[in-house]
Amino acid sequence: MVSASSELVALDQVTKAFGTHVAVKAVDLSLRAGEMVALIGHNGAGKSTLMKLMLGLIRPSAGRVTVLGGDPGQGKTSRSRLELGYLPENVAFAPSQTGAEVLSFYARLKRRPVADNRALLERVGIAYAAARRVGTYSKGMRQRLGLAQALLGNPRLLLLDEPTTGLDPELRQGFYAIIRGLRDEGACVLLSSHALPELEEHVDRVVVMNQGVKLADASISALRRQMDLPVRIVLTVPPETMARLTALIEPGLQWRLLSARRCEVVCAESRKTEVLRKVAGVPLRIDDIDIQSPSLSEIYADLTAGVPTKAPAKIEEVA
Amino acid sequence: MNPVTIIAGREIRDAMRNRWVVVATLVLGVFALSLAFLGSAPTGTVAASPLAVTAVSLSSLTIFLIPLIALLLSYDAVLGEIDRGTMALLLTYPVARWEVIAGKFLGHLAVLTFATLVGYGVAGAALWFANTEPDPDAWYAFAAMIGSSVLLGAAFIAIGYLVNTLVRDRSTAAGIAVGIWLVFVLIYDMALLGGLVADQGRFMTPAVLNVLLLLNPADAYRLFNLAGFANVGALSGLAGLGEQMRVGPGILVAAMMLWVVVPLLLAAALFTRRSV
Repeated sequence: MVSASSELVALDQVTKAFGTHVAVKAVDLSLRAGEMVALIGHNGAGKSTLMKLMLGLIRPSAGRVTVLGGDPGQGKTSRSRLELGYLPENVAFAPSQTGAEVLSFYARLKRRPVADNRALLERVGIAYAAARRVGTYSKGMRQRLGLAQALLGNPRLLLLDEPTTGLDPELRQGFYAIIRGLRDEGACVLLSSHALPELEEHVDRVVVMNQGVKLADASISALRRQMDLPVRIVLTVPPETMARLTALIEPGLQWRLLSARRCEVVCAESRKTEVLRKVAGVPLRIDDIDIQSPSLSEIYADLTAGVPTKAPAKIEEVA
Repeated sequence: MNPVTIIAGREIRDAMRNRWVVVATLVLGVFALSLAFLGSAPTGTVAASPLAVTAVSLSSLTIFLIPLIALLLSYDAVLGEIDRGTMALLLTYPVARWEVIAGKFLGHLAVLTFATLVGYGVAGAALWFANTEPDPDAWYAFAAMIGSSVLLGAAFIAIGYLVNTLVRDRSTAAGIAVGIWLVFVLIYDMALLGGLVADQGRFMTPAVLNVLLLLNPADAYRLFNLAGFANVGALSGLAGLGEQMRVGPGILVAAMMLWVVVPLLLAAALFTRRSV
């Protein structure tokens, strides 16, 4: 059993510049065993650059990257690379080779028995197409082959760049089930994605990047608390009691009627319980209460909209 | 298995799947066979051995064909994988960058060697059965021609890799590969000839000419095959040049080997520094 606090990736004030363009600016980041972390941000926000820095494919211009106890850019990283899985964005395997051949190639490089590959292909759901050429695969199948390759040898650290592109909703659920299984066994999973709604239910922590700067690094619930974004509460009451209800919530709160029976109250996260107490405290017939907490998409939009390039408000969860 | 052989194996399988091996072998085989029979017909019963004639004509053909095949194999060996995204992935595996270059080189060299041995070997075998008086010297020249053809191919594969690690773009690499073929195979000799005529022997002493010829792997190959062997040299009319030059076959082979090793080492060194 891996201890929950063991740090697998540490970025210390890492900056990466390509010529005059600064892709990543002074980023600190820590990834520990047994957690699933989402890396979100616009295209060009620095997500892929961060992953490539962790993989040692590019060297930082300043700062230090430590992955699995070593510098990923050094030549002597062969051993730590055996414990690492990576799925690049838009990978296209040689179209003339079969799925089984592609996986065998990577298994040999990782010094893993090729005999285990069948089970791995079954796990990602493309065993039926193992003997077919990759050129005939659909985008989803290629993505799953890429995932199979990343899962070779049950890595301790998984870096997945846009892993769910091309997967239909059912396959996405299957994908997250596999990743959760690895996380529960103590692996650390970092995944970048644009599909914010689906990340929300799966990840333990969110790292928000914007123009190379880390804007936030916290769990979604902590982000909600600290951002204090408005919560929407929709109350459904019989039309005749609506006047009494609105009178009740009138002082200091913002509300509007959606219909004769439905009233929407918008308040800060911190005042949510206050509203509920008010409403529940009087004998009033309420047919339905629907509370909509701000989604990850809304949190993200708010984080990146208000703070452009200068002096970003950083949000960090105190570990 | 180590990473080099694993990568070489994948390149060979890929070349087989893409029909590269079949096409290259067929092209070389068809040309070699037609030269062996059509080319040796006019000699009739004169003293010249059909095998030696074939070796001479085949080596002239090789200078055009083998560099072309080698450059076609290698011109996008690195950039193609970078474009497809598989290079970034490959480098996250326990593989050193020089091992990627070495593995690809061995794989491509194996494909080219197979095509040359089989393609030219078929012609040799056909002549063996047709020829009643096998001449050991001619056989030696024929075998040396096949061996040096592989070496010439290896040089152009290495040059192709070097281009791959120097430029960013696949289409640029393709353009440069075509340019390199044109320069080394066609333009270089013409320029040299033009230079000799214009110079009238003032600066272009035989020693300078020797060096200039060794600076082109295709010329080193030509001299090795056309002038390096007495029997063959007499047929090609280059014997005089060969004697005057006093560049032995050993030096010519060494020059070709340098054309393999130096670009390959440079390519590996440049690739190690490159960000993928």
